[in-house]
Amino acid sequence: MLGTVYAILFYVATLVLLIGVVRKIRIYARVPAPLKIPTTPAPKTRGGVILRVFREVVFFESLYKSNKWIWLFGWVFHMALWLVLARHLRYFTQPVWGWVEIVQPFGTYAGFAMLAGLAGLWARRILVERIRYISSPSDHLMLALLMGIGASGAMTRFVAHTDIVAVKAYMLGLMRFRVGDLPSDPTLLVHLGLVIVLMIVFPISKLLHAPGVFFSPSRNQVDNPREVRHVAPWAAKIEN
Amino acid sequence: MPDGDTQVPELAFPLDIPCLKRGAMEGTKPFVAQAEHQAKLGFPGELVPDWKEKALAKMQELAEKNRAFQVYLDICVKCGACTDKCHYFLGTGDPKNMPVARQDLLRSVYRRYFTFAGKHFPWLVGARDLTEEVLNEWYSYYHQCSECRRCSVFCPYGIDTAEITMAAREILDSVGVGQKYSNEIIGKVKDIGNNLGLNPKALRATLEGLEEDIEDDTGVSVRIPLDEKGADILLVTPSADFFAEPHIEGLIGYAKVFHEAGVSWTLSSYASEAANFGLFIGSYENMREISLRIRKAAQDLRVKRIIFGECGHAWRVAYSFLNTLAGPWDFLDQSYPVPQHILEFTWDEIQKGTLTLDPSRNDHIRLTYHDSCNVARASGMGDYPGGQFEIPRNVIRAVCNNFFDMEPDTIREATLCCGGGGGLLTDDLLDLRIKGSAPRMKALQDVTEEHGVTHMAAICAICKTQFGKVMPKYGYEMDAILSVHQLVSNAIILTGQEDADEDEADDA
Repeated sequence: MLGTVYAILFYVATLVLLIGVVRKIRIYARVPAPLKIPTTPAPKTRGGVILRVFREVVFFESLYKSNKWIWLFGWVFHMALWLVLARHLRYFTQPVWGWVEIVQPFGTYAGFAMLAGLAGLWARRILVERIRYISSPSDHLMLALLMGIGASGAMTRFVAHTDIVAVKAYMLGLMRFRVGDLPSDPTLLVHLGLVIVLMIVFPISKLLHAPGVFFSPSRNQVDNPREVRHVAPWAAKIEN
Repeated sequence: MPDGDTQVPELAFPLDIPCLKRGAMEGTKPFVAQAEHQAKLGFPGELVPDWKEKALAKMQELAEKNRAFQVYLDICVKCGACTDKCHYFLGTGDPKNMPVARQDLLRSVYRRYFTFAGKHFPWLVGARDLTEEVLNEWYSYYHQCSECRRCSVFCPYGIDTAEITMAAREILDSVGVGQKYSNEIIGKVKDIGNNLGLNPKALRATLEGLEEDIEDDTGVSVRIPLDEKGADILLVTPSADFFAEPHIEGLIGYAKVFHEAGVSWTLSSYASEAANFGLFIGSYENMREISLRIRKAAQDLRVKRIIFGECGHAWRVAYSFLNTLAGPWDFLDQSYPVPQHILEFTWDEIQKGTLTLDPSRNDHIRLTYHDSCNVARASGMGDYPGGQFEIPRNVIRAVCNNFFDMEPDTIREATLCCGGGGGLLTDDLLDLRIKGSAPRMKALQDVTEEHGVTHMAAICAICKTQFGKVMPKYGYEMDAILSVHQLVSNAIILTGQEDADEDEADDA
C-alpha cells in the first residue's frame, strides 16, 4: 500500500520535473537575444565563454566577487549537494559504479556540510536586514524544504537506521516499473516525501536558476559585436 | 525637485552600506512626457483606457522577444549578492533601490499573471496585481536606475537590472506614460539630428568659432570639417561636445589628433549626435532609427571609417549594437574596426609616434580617472578583454605625469555610475543625482586626501555634465572634471606651433 502510494507520487513527480524543465529550457533556448549584452570585459571567443560559464557554475566566480559569506555558504551547500546526489546513485544502480563507491564516504558526511551551508544562508536571510527585505515566504520555505530533506536523510543514516537494502530494492524495482514494498520508517517516508515535493516544485520555482544560468546572455555571449553581425529573427524581419 | 533641500550623503567609505530607509525616495520621479513628445516616437500621448491589458500584453511580447527578460525574471534566487551594489541604494538607503528589489517591482507582476505559483499562490511568492499604484511605482523607481550594470557584474547569474528597467520603461511608454527628458530628446534627434536641436547652420558657426580659438591658441590652423564629402573618417560625437564644458575641450583634442595624424575627417550635420537615447527607453525600433542616421551619413559622405567621440552610452550602442542595428558595414574599409573609438585611434597614433606630446603641460593637474559605466561593463576597446580600461589609462599616462587610480572596488568593471546616466540627467531628478553620486564622490575624496588629486577625467558626455553639476556639492570646483582628450589637447604640440614652451596649458 505504502509502496504503491509512493510509487505513484514518484512517477508523477518525475514526469512533472522532466516535462516542466524541458519545457522551460525550450523556451529559454527559443527566445532570441536581440542584442549583444555580455557583461564586459567578456571573452572574445566561444572557448573563452565556455570557460567563463564553467567558472560561474563550478566556482561561483561572480558571487565570490560580490559577497564572501553568501559565496561560502552557497558554494559549500551546492558542492555538498552534488556529493550527496552522487552518493545516492548507489540506490539506483546495480552493480554500483566504481566512482560512486569512491564518493560514498565523502558523500555521507557532505550531508552535514550541506546542512551547514543551508543554515548559513537561512541565518543571513533572517539576520541581514537587506536580505530579509527581499525574501518572500517561498524563499524561507525553500530553505526549510532543503534542510528537511538533508536532516531526514542524515537521520535515516545516523539516528533511526533504515533498512537501506530494502529501499534500494524498491527503487530498482520502480525503475523497471515494478512496485515493491517500502520500509515504513517515518524518517524515510518524510525524506522521500520532501524529495517528491522538491521535484514537483522545481520547474515552477526559482530552482530554475540551475538550467537558467546557462542561458543568461550577459554571461554566455561572445564579445565580438564589431566582428560578427548579430541579428535576431524578429529583428531581421523589420529590416525589410 | 529642487536640490536646495538635498541632504548630501556622508559616507564613511565609498561602498558604505546604509540602513534601510523605507520610502526614502518614494514619489521621486521625472516629468512625464507630453502627448507631442510621445507621438514622435510612436507611443500613445497619455495613459490609455485599457492600459492594464496593454501593459500585460507588452510584457508577454517582451518575454517572447528578449531572452534576457524571460530568463532574468525566472531565475533570481534572492541571494542578496546585489543588494549593496547600486549607487542609488548606497546614496539613498531606499530598499527599492536595491537591484533585486527594483527587479521585483516588475517580477511580482510577471509572477502574478504568467507563472503557476503566482497565479495560484500569490502570497507565497510575493506576486501582486497590476494596479495604478504599481504603475506609478514603476515610473518612479525605474527612473531611479541608470542602467549602469554594476549589479550584473556581481550577480551569480549575470542578471542585469538594466534589462528589466529598459523593459519597464518600454511597457510604460506603450501605455502612454513616457519620460519627458528622454522622449523629447529622441524627438529632436529625429527632427534635427542631435539631442540639442542644433541646426546645421548653427553647428557650422560653432565649429568655425572653435577653429579660430585653436588658431589663436596655437598659431596653427586646425580644421573641424562639417559635411565634407569624400573624407576618410566620419566622426560621430555627442552634441554636448559642440557647446558644453569640458566636452568642447575634448572635441578640440580630437581635432588636434586628427590634424597631427594627417587624416581627412568630417562631422555630419545629419548624424550630429553619438548618444542614442533609444537605449535608455529600451526601444529597439527607436534605437535602430537613430542608428540608421549614422549609416546614411556615412553613405552620403562616402567615408571609409567611422570613429566615435567620448560618450559612454553612445559607445555601448556603437560598439555592441551598431552592427546589429545599422549594419552590415561592408561598404567601409574593413582594415579598421567598425566603429572605432577616438581613444583607440589616439592610442594607435601615440604608439606610431605621430604625436608630439609634452605631458609636463598637464603638471598643474593631479588626476584620477572615472571609468564610465557603459564603456566599462557594456562595451570594449582594442582587441582584448579589458582594453576599455587600459587604453584610456595608456593615453592618460602618455599625456599626464600625475595619475592616481581610485579604490580598486570603485573602478574598472566595478566602477560606480556618475549618478546621471540612463536618462536621468535632468534637473527634475537632481536630488537623486546628487545622492547617487555619493559613492563615486567619496572614492574621489579619498584619492584627494591620499594623493592630492585635483581633477578627474571621464570619457562620457553624461558623466562630464553630471560631475560638473554635482562635484561642487562635494567640495570641488565644477571645472575639476575633464575630458580625456582635453588632457591630450593640453599636451599635444602641433607641428609648427609657436611658443610651445611658455604657453601654459589651460586646465579648464
